[in-house]
Amino acid sequence: MAQDHDHHDHHHDHDHDHPHGSELSPMDLRVRALESILVEKGYVDPAALDTLIETYETKVGPHNGARVVARAWVDPAFKARLLADGSAAMRELDVGGRGGEHMVVVENTPEEHNLVVCTLCSCYPWPVLGLPPVWYKSPPYRSRAVIDPRGVLAEFGTELPAATRIRVWDSTAELRYMVLPMRPPGTDHLDEAALADLVTRDSMIGTGLPLSPDQVVHA
Amino acid sequence: MSRPPEPPVFAAPWEAQTFALVVSLHDAGLFTWSDWAQALGRHGDRTADYALWLETIEALIAERGLTSAAALEARRAAFARAAAATPHGEPILLENDPGV
Repeated sequence: MAQDHDHHDHHHDHDHDHPHGSELSPMDLRVRALESILVEKGYVDPAALDTLIETYETKVGPHNGARVVARAWVDPAFKARLLADGSAAMRELDVGGRGGEHMVVVENTPEEHNLVVCTLCSCYPWPVLGLPPVWYKSPPYRSRAVIDPRGVLAEFGTELPAATRIRVWDSTAELRYMVLPMRPPGTDHLDEAALADLVTRDSMIGTGLPLSPDQVVHA
Repeated sequence: MSRPPEPPVFAAPWEAQTFALVVSLHDAGLFTWSDWAQALGRHGDRTADYALWLETIEALIAERGLTSAAALEARRAAFARAAAATPHGEPILLENDPGV
């Protein structure tokens, strides 16, 4: 507090003739107008909006899916339940909720690799992966994932053996897919939490593969 | 070991607000997610980003008679005037709209 004392002796003579107002971007104006009208009419509650945003910014994300995958890697019975009824098995790990009512988990094998897309818009398994990245919502991905999945994978730097088939799953609002990637080699010594750190978002969409242990930063 | 940090979910506050408004209106029973996907899918050549969400929800609530394009436009203008009348750094409130 004591430092910079001189500053306070200084007479303030800012120019008050010019307005120093604020400005909202066109998108800010639109969303504020929409929100204020909906709040006025009682359709939305501002506190509920804040809670929703906080949930999706901090609680829901690919770390949830990574826990599910790691459990499936270490627990064959869980994996069987997960493949039979994705949503029910995920609830065992307290993963679920909005957008995850009917989740289908598709398993990668040496013979078959799975890739998830929503050709219509941006349907995505929110409870396990959070909200989708922009590329997932873009027309090039939505069309090319179906037409040229191997080319799309190459753009993500994902090379598969030529003999591996690629199967593409088209998500809808009702049915949302998650890929169960293959457990990387050289991970026998890792526990479930360490395994979860290998599971990337893209490996659960199918555009990528899990990390190998030497790719993970040791904190 | 630690996971790499996840990128921010929303690129700007308006994206987060748009997302939350759509989810709230869904929860209020205004539409199903299937309705929503169909509405977004009408613009198949566009990225289904939050700009498209905002445009789609504006159109959808106008269709359902909750508000009108004119009411939204008037409210935007009121917020723009309120912003101009608000010193930088202070919250922009509709009641600070000095009017036309």
